[in-house]
Amino acid sequence: MRRLSRYVVFLAIVGISVFWLVTRPETLPGDALDGLVADAGRGEQVFHAAGCASCHSAVGAEGEAVLVLSGGQSFPSPFGSFTAPNISSDPVHGIGAWSAMDLANAMKHGVSPDGQHYYPAFPYTTYARASLQDIVDLRAYLATLPASEIASQPHDVGFPFNIRRSLGGWKMLFADSTWVTEAPSPELERGRYLVEALGHCGECHTARNVLGGTDRSQWLAGAPDPSGKGNIPNIRPPAFDWVQADIIYYFESGFTPDFDSVGGHMAHVVENLSKLKPEDRAAIASYLLALE
Amino acid sequence: MKRAFTLTAATLSLAVLTGTAFADGHIDHAIKARQSQMNLYAFNLGALGAMAKGQVEYDAEAATKAATNLVTLMSLDQSMYWPQGSDSGSAKSNTKADMWANFPDVMAKGKATYEAAVAMQTAAGTDLEALRGAMGALGGACTACHKAYREPMN
Repeated sequence: MRRLSRYVVFLAIVGISVFWLVTRPETLPGDALDGLVADAGRGEQVFHAAGCASCHSAVGAEGEAVLVLSGGQSFPSPFGSFTAPNISSDPVHGIGAWSAMDLANAMKHGVSPDGQHYYPAFPYTTYARASLQDIVDLRAYLATLPASEIASQPHDVGFPFNIRRSLGGWKMLFADSTWVTEAPSPELERGRYLVEALGHCGECHTARNVLGGTDRSQWLAGAPDPSGKGNIPNIRPPAFDWVQADIIYYFESGFTPDFDSVGGHMAHVVENLSKLKPEDRAAIASYLLALE
Repeated sequence: MKRAFTLTAATLSLAVLTGTAFADGHIDHAIKARQSQMNLYAFNLGALGAMAKGQVEYDAEAATKAATNLVTLMSLDQSMYWPQGSDSGSAKSNTKADMWANFPDVMAKGKATYEAAVAMQTAAGTDLEALRGAMGALGGACTACHKAYREPMN
């Protein structure tokens, strides 16, 4: 009996140690950013391509106000409702005090400066594919944006999803920073980078499993809208039948091929895409058409 | 006495049913009317858009016709298209109930769209470059309302 209880205690210790190891937040090596020089001008393009303002601007912000990243938009999910935090340049309420390394660990590993896991509503499983140079440039651009003193609001997430440590296990199961597709030409490589690394198209356009991991076999083939109303469209040919010129014009103007206009959250995305270089919009269109 | 009551109740419930049926028909027709209005926008925007995209050669006369149609359509009084109870929560519609709660904003967005159409009327007769620019402004104006007040579609 005594032997058995000792065995149980031993197993429990092993179990806890394994959980602790597996769920431990991972970060970049201290010298990862050595030699990288920040360029805020390039960072502005990264900012639009990564769509930061789509989620971190205030509810209903329009025009220049979308550059005030005070947070507050909420995002429903089967696990609870997530509220985008303040990532403005305010050193107390925003991320003005962050180093480039802090931003890199947040974007590539989903880990906060004090070593906590972020919820993957922040699409770090996608941003993990972003280049460190782009992140350093983005850090420099974010510092030029206005500060907001609006406090970040807590997420509304119930047990057991409110145990942040368990996200380490989620990351082990679902975070996969390898590319989803092959990119046989420089244009397709650029398109892949914009879609699979910065643009995080797959976060909404790809279906998820019961634990919220994206299902790569259904890559960009559409998914139910997390709000519970309607669907996010399949953007994978042949189900998706727009031609290259239509896709590019949609990114530029918001008009669909039948001259309806973009709406809902995708309207934010088109606002960002319209600020990219024409060759980047074309690269994204080529990437989508090559999925056939 | 009991019989009279039953009859009255039957008549009353019938009246309520008819009332509902009438209200539903009225709402459905209003939704159809506004969708038709949107389709007419789309048709005329399509004529301009095909030139902007380079799929059809620029033609000042045809472009002006389409732009004038847009301005005419936007001059229609649309207040009857948007009755209370025709939102996505109460009817077969993609319009968010928020629209009825933010009337001044909706009017401002409508006015901006009208102004973009008026600007297009001038641009359409000028040249292709001007038409392309005015198309961007129209796209932005359509999007502003669809971003705020339209549900995700199926």
